[in-house]
Amino acid sequence: MVARLLGDWDALSLDDLLGLARDTVEDPDLPTVGRWRDQGGKVVGHFQVYFPEEIAHAAGLLPVKVRGAQVESRQADARFGSYLCSIIKTSLELALSGRLQLDLFVSHPICDAARNLAAIWGRNFTYGSRILYLPQNPNSTGSAAYLRDEYQRLRGDVEEVAGRTITDAALRESIAVFNENRRLIRWLYGIRRDTPWLLSVDESYALLALGGIITREEHNALLHRAIGLIETRSAEPRDLLRVVFEGGFCEQPPLELLRTIASSCYVVDDDLLIGLRYLLEDVPSGRDDDPWLALARTYLDASTYTPVQHDLRKPKERMLLERIRGSRAQAAIVSAAKMCEPGLDEQVAYSRALDAEGLSYFVTEFEERMTGYDHLQIQLETFIENVMFA
Amino acid sequence: MVHNGDALVGRGLEDGAALFRQWFASLDAVARRGEPAAYVFVMGSVAELLRSFDLPVVFPEINSLQTAVRHVAHEYLDDAEDYGYSPDICAYVKADVGLQMRGGVHPAGRVPKPALAVLTNACNTYIKWAEIWERMYGTPVVTIDVPGTRRAGLTPWPGDPDFERDRAYVVRQLTELITVCERVTGRKFDVDRLRENLRGANDLTASFKKVLDLNRSRPAPFNAVTDGTIYLGVANGLRGTPEAAKYFADLHEEMAHKAANRIGTLNEERYRLAFVGVPCYPIFRRFNEMFSEWGGTFVSSTYLWFASGGAALGWQYELQDPIASLAAGLLVGVRQAMDNMFFADTALDQMVDGFGLDGVVFHSVKSCRTVSTGLADARRSFSTRHDIPSLFLESDMMDRRVVSEAQLKNRVDAFFEGLATHRAGRAS
Repeated sequence: MVARLLGDWDALSLDDLLGLARDTVEDPDLPTVGRWRDQGGKVVGHFQVYFPEEIAHAAGLLPVKVRGAQVESRQADARFGSYLCSIIKTSLELALSGRLQLDLFVSHPICDAARNLAAIWGRNFTYGSRILYLPQNPNSTGSAAYLRDEYQRLRGDVEEVAGRTITDAALRESIAVFNENRRLIRWLYGIRRDTPWLLSVDESYALLALGGIITREEHNALLHRAIGLIETRSAEPRDLLRVVFEGGFCEQPPLELLRTIASSCYVVDDDLLIGLRYLLEDVPSGRDDDPWLALARTYLDASTYTPVQHDLRKPKERMLLERIRGSRAQAAIVSAAKMCEPGLDEQVAYSRALDAEGLSYFVTEFEERMTGYDHLQIQLETFIENVMFA
Repeated sequence: MVHNGDALVGRGLEDGAALFRQWFASLDAVARRGEPAAYVFVMGSVAELLRSFDLPVVFPEINSLQTAVRHVAHEYLDDAEDYGYSPDICAYVKADVGLQMRGGVHPAGRVPKPALAVLTNACNTYIKWAEIWERMYGTPVVTIDVPGTRRAGLTPWPGDPDFERDRAYVVRQLTELITVCERVTGRKFDVDRLRENLRGANDLTASFKKVLDLNRSRPAPFNAVTDGTIYLGVANGLRGTPEAAKYFADLHEEMAHKAANRIGTLNEERYRLAFVGVPCYPIFRRFNEMFSEWGGTFVSSTYLWFASGGAALGWQYELQDPIASLAAGLLVGVRQAMDNMFFADTALDQMVDGFGLDGVVFHSVKSCRTVSTGLADARRSFSTRHDIPSLFLESDMMDRRVVSEAQLKNRVDAFFEGLATHRAGRAS
């Protein structure tokens, strides 16, 4: 039976379903996680970007994506210096304020700031805090075996929290659930790409982000329902610019910012919460497959890109150009969270590559706690007019 | 040259500066001849391996900090920001971008272009930085992925299955790096050359650790921030060479002499301080004077631990199996570097008694999130366990726009007044 953390949503209209998704995703009290805990469930919090959630799922735990929130960081501010992105502070704030209660916290050293999180978490909470070293040299022939061993190490930590072992069969079943989830998300993005008037970026984001705070079984069921409703939605195409939004791989822009963008253009692809769809292909889950190695190999060999992974096979500017061409976008919004070093670094490379290709782009920064969007809207509309009427 | 008695005092600083100048002069010559050089970083340089291919090693971090010490960093930063780089990213990176845009022209000489870049994951910015050379020159980039501590306090050693799994991964990567080096240089790998360099590194690290330990003496024979930075320059830039080994043997002799004869780096050492973080290079000397004017001496520094390429541990390579031993040394050295940054409070726990600390100075810098992100929390944690006053400062290691000397001095003065009160309180 699928644990329902969102309540009864089966009979909701699309608008109501999207409203429920938006309200839940924006709620810093994380009510779905609280309901899971109320039912006696245990929770693994994993910081951005990618985490092999299948392993936690196979142990009966709820993997929760720790991605900050629009909260004032009252307690967390005292634990950090001044020059930091917001997500680092608000993620810790969620835990310090008791909104996010975990049984295990895991982070991967995605950037110089985030790699400090596990140590900070460990000093502030009594439950386990671990660093998962995903390979930073994915081009080494030793990386797959190494990552399989890392997943085995993580297995031990997860089993300790769950109080039960993870069998290969259980992991295969979890992989199947997540494969289905990724297929549904790809479907959702296909709608954005092919019929963007049916689903805006903020609506799509709310549906996607739910995946990080409810069970995947419930997310799959909800996506099935939502996609059916979206595909029969009554909406007419508009003459809007098709753009790709880049820069949402870690800290998340406020939904209001996405709504502002959606009012002016069709965002036909993006990297928002890219960790939830980092694996591009199904992870093999057949009886003859080693599921641990299969997870490792898919991460290494069949995954997308972010500014926080260096892979000689995936030069990031080439990948961005492929994202733009693959979604038939006419321009890009090259964004970065304030103080996000990898994102800001990449803005330079992306801009140069887009210049070289003669593609239009709009450079901007955001912060999860920003509140004013008028200025952005004016700038964006000016940009769009320049592109469309040049 | 024979050194006796007081003639020893000051030798390390003079010889260190001379070696540093010679090293830069050699890089300048390489640049002018258009020969290949390898770009590496202080935390896991694998200089021992690269030198076996006769590849000169360039440390972009050292190049960048030198521009700040020489008060010209802003010129390079401006160039990089004009190119498009944000004011909010690592200024070491931007100074290097500016340097590359100027064709390698640096106040200490011309810096050769990278024929190869080798980096570890000790700092994520290393990876982003190398991508710039990859884009700018098509430089081959090899990341040696060195997994670190997975949870606080758990540090496996050689022989432990967890360590051996990591070692196998690093050995594989070093083997792949050797293939790249052979391609870049056109030379075959010579394992005996590597052994020779590892032996040199062994000599260096043995002496380096003894030197650090001698600063437990009262008074401290050297300043861990100002003098220590010169030692770091030699330990990194010349790692694996006979010159570096001799330098640190000589330095040990000097410091042993000073310790035995109670010759301190300050005439009157009143407060023994630990420094946590990266120095304030734009006002390097002045920053230290703010403390020394009060009789404060930096007797230890996490910077000396994490920026010394593992030398602070005194790790000794086993020469029978050089690649496996180099892998183990990388794992242990880079892990220690990372632990000293991320678990700085634990590192300080080890310093308190041995170094007789009176106070701790946490220096958070805008440019380096690796070092700075956890400092405030490390300070909070440290303060719950030790009745030792501490000071938290924020400035930068490169960018003078973020350094307010007057504000720093106010904070430092207040800190020393607090230290005096604390000492008086304990005495009564």
